[in-house]
Amino acid sequence: MIAMQGVRKRFGARVVLDGLDVTLHRGRVTVLVGPNGAGKTTLLKLVLGLARPDAGTIAVGDHLLDGTPDYRAAIGYMPQIARFPAHQTGRELLAMLAALRAEATAPDLTLADAFGLGEQFDRPLGVLSGGTRQKVNAVLAFAFRPTLVILDEPTAGLDPLASAVLKDRLAVERARGTTVLVTSHVLAEVEELADDILFLSEGRATWQGGATELKRRTGTATLERAVARLLGGGAALAVA
Amino acid sequence: MNTTWRLLRPALREAVRGRWLIGVAIGLALVGELLLRFAGSGVSSLVSLLDVVLILVPLAGLVVGTMQVHHARELIELLLAQPIRRTRLFAGLWLGIALPLAVALALGLVTPFAVHGMLVGALAGRVMMLVLVAILLAFISTAFAFVIALRQDDRVRALAVALGAWLVTAILWDGVALAIAMLFGTRPIEGPLLAMLALNPVDIARVLLLLGSDTAAMLGASGAVLARTLGGVRGQLMLGLLLVAWVVLPVWWSARTFARKDF
Repeated sequence: MIAMQGVRKRFGARVVLDGLDVTLHRGRVTVLVGPNGAGKTTLLKLVLGLARPDAGTIAVGDHLLDGTPDYRAAIGYMPQIARFPAHQTGRELLAMLAALRAEATAPDLTLADAFGLGEQFDRPLGVLSGGTRQKVNAVLAFAFRPTLVILDEPTAGLDPLASAVLKDRLAVERARGTTVLVTSHVLAEVEELADDILFLSEGRATWQGGATELKRRTGTATLERAVARLLGGGAALAVA
Repeated sequence: MNTTWRLLRPALREAVRGRWLIGVAIGLALVGELLLRFAGSGVSSLVSLLDVVLILVPLAGLVVGTMQVHHARELIELLLAQPIRRTRLFAGLWLGIALPLAVALALGLVTPFAVHGMLVGALAGRVMMLVLVAILLAFISTAFAFVIALRQDDRVRALAVALGAWLVTAILWDGVALAIAMLFGTRPIEGPLLAMLALNPVDIARVLLLLGSDTAAMLGASGAVLARTLGGVRGQLMLGLLLVAWVVLPVWWSARTFARKDF
């Protein structure tokens, strides 16, 4: 579970998150949606400890974020851009992370197998296509059996087949009770993946709930129109 | 320490595979070889090599260091998402840039003298001194590169700041000191010139290596004042300590910036 209370974050004069109060429940896939600059990536980075809130508290499970790093052992993170050292292979990068984390068990490479990465995993990242690097990126996120998975635009650059493989993996993780937090701009994907949609606008959560409920509350037939309604001033819907 | 080593090993591997550091080592070795062949003596070759080091090392450390940190941005974010303290990550990341450069400099500087059988007697000591100072300059410039890359999110702006810092410290600084010496030549200006020397590690390195030798003409304005003021061993010791302090300061600054930065 992730609980954020009164979280405020600004970069210079720009307030990115403005008193955010949200709770994300265990074993559910929450998709962060919102216009560019709404604070989606910032929210992910605050949970990861890559950035610190100016005000408010964030708890991941029982751990109240205070600058100590141990809670991140339970987190798998897939950054938006998979630009890693060009002369390292995916397997070497994985080995480095495993060594840094002092992992006692062998990494879980079922996703690499499902992607059919094969010998690509042993080739320098610099010679791989963007899509293949993104597959390696995804493999790293799931390799250490996380109970919280944070994915920033995970299907960007993936072909439809790889995209489907990743979504299948997310379904498996959900069934295991893993908490999944994803950002996406692809509304079809949002509808397919999300147990909960967290809509951010101007630093605030203007909707948290299921896609069906959102469509019902906005009186629209499609998620696209429901989101357009939120963007067009549907803040009055508030958090479900 | 384990975390640092676990980061350092892949960084060294990346540096070797990336080849540019091998290029630095070979380039320096070739320059050294040419100087030894044509400059006449080991000492005069060393003095010429000093000028190359004072220009090249800050440039490589600042510019390449800044670019490397920017290129590693996504990797740094991935590493920060692991259960590791930032201070430990910083040590591994900085040394991952500074140490390969230091190794390349050492190899490039020592090899030509070793090939010519000149690593004996007083000359060997002076070569080792040059290597040591080059390594300290590499540590200083890469630490500043870290600060620049962390404080300037825009890559082009970061590169411009790095180039500007190199231009000021390696090229313009001693010119300004010389201008001050000429403008106020009739007044006692040792104090301001010594202060200017202390504020620039490249200047300190130059004076440290030339102090006590017969090459006072190359000391520059501030160095000439220092030579007159402090003399040989005492001045060298003071400058050596000052240069070490110049390593500590930017490393502390970059570690602090890294610990506090929002990525």
